[in-house]
Amino acid sequence: MTTVALKPATMAQALTRALRDAMAADPSVHVMGEDVGTLGGVFRITDGLAKEFGEDRCTDTPLAEAGILGAAVGMAMYGLRPVVEMQFDAFAYPAFEQLASHVAKMRNRTRGKMPLPITIRIPYGGGIGGVEHHSDASEAYYMATPGLHVVTPATVADAYGLLRASIASDDPVVFLEPKRLYWSKDTWNPDDPQTVEPVGRAVVRRTGRSATLITYGPSVPVCLEAAEAARAEGWELEVVDLRSLVPFDDETVCASVRRTGRAVVVHESGGFGGPGGEIAARVTERCFHHLEAPVLRVAGFDLPYPPPMLERHHLPGVDRILDAVARLQWEAES
Amino acid sequence: MTVMEQRGAYRPSPPPAWQPRTDPAPLLPDAEPYRVLGTEAAAEADPELLRRLYAQLVLGRRYNTQATALTKQGRLAVYPSSTGQEACEVAAALALEERDWLFPSYRDTLAVVARGVDPVEALTLLRGDWHTGYDPYEHRVAPLSTPLATQLPHAVGLAHAARLKGHDVVALAMIGDGGTSEGDFHEALNFAAVWQAPVVFLVQNNGFAISVPLAKQTAAPSLAHKAVGYGMPGRLVDGNDAAAVHEVLADAVRNARAGGGPTLIEAVTYRIDAHTNADDATRYRGDAEVEAWREHDPVQLLERELTGRGLLDEDGVSAAREDAEAMAARLRERMNQDAPLDPMDLFAHVYAEPTPQLREQRDQLVAELRAESEEGTAR
Ligand SMILES: Cc1ncc(C[n+]2csc(CCOP(=O)(O)OP(=O)(O)O)c2C)c(N)n1
Repeated sequence: MTTVALKPATMAQALTRALRDAMAADPSVHVMGEDVGTLGGVFRITDGLAKEFGEDRCTDTPLAEAGILGAAVGMAMYGLRPVVEMQFDAFAYPAFEQLASHVAKMRNRTRGKMPLPITIRIPYGGGIGGVEHHSDASEAYYMATPGLHVVTPATVADAYGLLRASIASDDPVVFLEPKRLYWSKDTWNPDDPQTVEPVGRAVVRRTGRSATLITYGPSVPVCLEAAEAARAEGWELEVVDLRSLVPFDDETVCASVRRTGRAVVVHESGGFGGPGGEIAARVTERCFHHLEAPVLRVAGFDLPYPPPMLERHHLPGVDRILDAVARLQWEAES
Repeated sequence: MTVMEQRGAYRPSPPPAWQPRTDPAPLLPDAEPYRVLGTEAAAEADPELLRRLYAQLVLGRRYNTQATALTKQGRLAVYPSSTGQEACEVAAALALEERDWLFPSYRDTLAVVARGVDPVEALTLLRGDWHTGYDPYEHRVAPLSTPLATQLPHAVGLAHAARLKGHDVVALAMIGDGGTSEGDFHEALNFAAVWQAPVVFLVQNNGFAISVPLAKQTAAPSLAHKAVGYGMPGRLVDGNDAAAVHEVLADAVRNARAGGGPTLIEAVTYRIDAHTNADDATRYRGDAEVEAWREHDPVQLLERELTGRGLLDEDGVSAAREDAEAMAARLRERMNQDAPLDPMDLFAHVYAEPTPQLREQRDQLVAELRAESEEGTAR
C-alpha cells in the first residue's frame, strides 16, 4: 500500500481539476460561458481547458446568460452534459427564465423522458470587496425552485468531489462556488482526488456537545472559527457543513441537534425568507422534544448587498455567532 | 422519408404578396465608419465645438490615468479605464441638451463627468463606499449600470414617458459590443422602434468583451446592422474621431427629439488598457494590435486637426494639459481623504419606511458597534 502525499491546494485548483477530469472521462461534457476559453474564466477556473480539449468543448459564448443556459438545455436534450459558468451571482439573473421555466421542470414536464444533466457553476457570495452585483448570496432563489439540486462546497476536497458528482448527476445542479474561498488552501491529494461525494450528504466538520452550528459554503470557516473561540466560554460547538441545500440531509443535521439540543443556522444571505427559516423549521419539526432552546438564525441583514466598505457590518461574523450561542442558554438562565 | 413525402402530393397555393413594412435601404449603415477628421468634412465642423471636444478629451485621458493610479493606491476598488475611447464618452455627453438623460454603463464614468457630475461622486461606485454617489435627477444621469444591457430598456421607458408627458426629452443609452448579445439589448431596441421612442443607442465597439473578441460575439456585418431588423436606422462611425462621433450623435438626438424615433450607433474604437485594473490583457491579445490602435489615438487625431488648421497652438495644448493636471491633482487630493462612512446607511434606504425587521437589525448593529467601541477603549 502506498501512502498518498497530501499537498496544499486551493479550491480554485480543485475545481479546475474536477472539470478537466470530468471532460477527460466523458466526451459529452462541455464547458461554456463568458470568457471561459482563452482567458480561462475571470477566476481562472477553466484555465487550460480550451487548449486541452478544443474550443468546441470549452467554448467562449456570446455575452448572454439566457442564451448560454437556453442553449445548454438544447445540448442536454441532444445527449451532451453541459457545464455552464455564470460569471458572477448577480449576472445569472438574466438566465433565471431558462432556469425556472425549463431547466428545473423538463424532467417533470416530460414524465421523465427528457432529463437535463446540466451543471450551472455560479461564483457567489460576498467578502471579496466587489462592487455592486458581484456579491449576492442567491441560494434562496434556487432552493425555492423545485427540480434543481443546489450544492456548495466549503473545502478543497469537496470542491473536487461535489463538482464531479454534480457533472455526473442526471439532474440539473446549481453549483454555488463561494468565491471568497477560491484561494483558501487545504491539504488535498491532487494525484488521487478520488473522494466523490454523492450530492445530498452533510458532514460534521467538528464535534461538540453544547450546540450545533448548521452552515454551508462561505460561512463554514467562520463557524469553525467561532467554535474555536467558543471554547474559551466553555462551549463545545458542533459544526455541520450541509454541502448540499437540495437535497437536504435531515439525517445528519437532526442527529447532531439531538445530541446537542441546541442549534444555530448561519448563512450570509438575508434571514427573512432565507434558507435558515426552512432549516430551522425542519429541525424543529423533527427534533422538538430534544431542543433546549429555539433554533436561532444568524444571517446577513435583509438588504441589497452593501458596498464593499460596509460589507463587514453585514456579513455574519464570529461575534454575531457567539452572541447567538449565548442566547441559546436562555432556558437554563430563566 | 420527409414529412411532406409522408403526407403525399401537396401543392401549396402561393401566399399573398409580401410587402416589407419599411424599406430597409435608408436604415442600413454605410460600409465604412463615418469620419470627419482628416477629411474635407472637417472644414465644416464648428471650430468652437472642436476646441470644446479637445479640452474634454484631454481631461478625460488624464482622468483615466489618474483613476487607474488610484486603484494601485487602494483608493478605488476597481477602475474600468476608457483610455482610447474618450471621444465616444465626451461626444456622448456633449451631444445632449441639459434636459436630456444619459444611461451609462459601468465603463462610462467620463461621460458622466462630462455631463457635469462631480468627478469624485462619479467614482463612488468604484471606490466602494456606496453604489451610486450622485443624485440621478440633478444632471439627469442614471446610475452606472453593472449588469450589462439592463439600463437600455430603462432608457426606452424614460424617453417614452417623457413623450407621453409632452416633453421633448431624449435618452441616450450607452453599451459595449459584448452587451449587444444580451436579451435586454434586443428587447430595448424593439420597444424603442415600436414605440418610436426618442432614444439613441450608442454601442462602443472596443473590440473585446473582457477577453472575447467581436468575432465571437456576433456574425453580423457590423453591430450597426442590427438596427435594420428592428426598423430603425443604424449608423457606423469612427469612435476615435470626436468630431464624427459628435456629429452622428447630434443628428440622431435631433432626429429623436423631432419625433423621428430611435437610432442605433456603433462607434468603432479600441480599449487600450486592460478590461479593468484587475485584468491581464496579455492573455487574449497581442501588443502589435494595441500599438496599431495607439497610432489612431483620439486625442492625437483631434490635436493634429486643430493645430494643422491653426485653431490650436502650442500654448493652447499646454493650457489644456495644465487644466487636466489641475483636475487630476484635485481628484487625487479628494480621493486620498477617507470617505466618511456611517454603517447605519446600510438601513437608510432599503424601503421608504423601514420594515420592523430592519429596525430590529439596525438596533442590533448599533449594539454591536457600541460593544466594539467599548472593547476598543477598554483595551
Ligand atoms: C449581465 C452581465 N453579465 C456579465 C457581466 C460581467 N461582465 C462585466 S463587463 C463584461 C464585458 C463587457 O463587454 P462589453 O459589453 O463589450 O463592454 P466593454 O467592457 O468592452 O466596455 C462582462 C462579461 C455583467 N457585468 N453583466
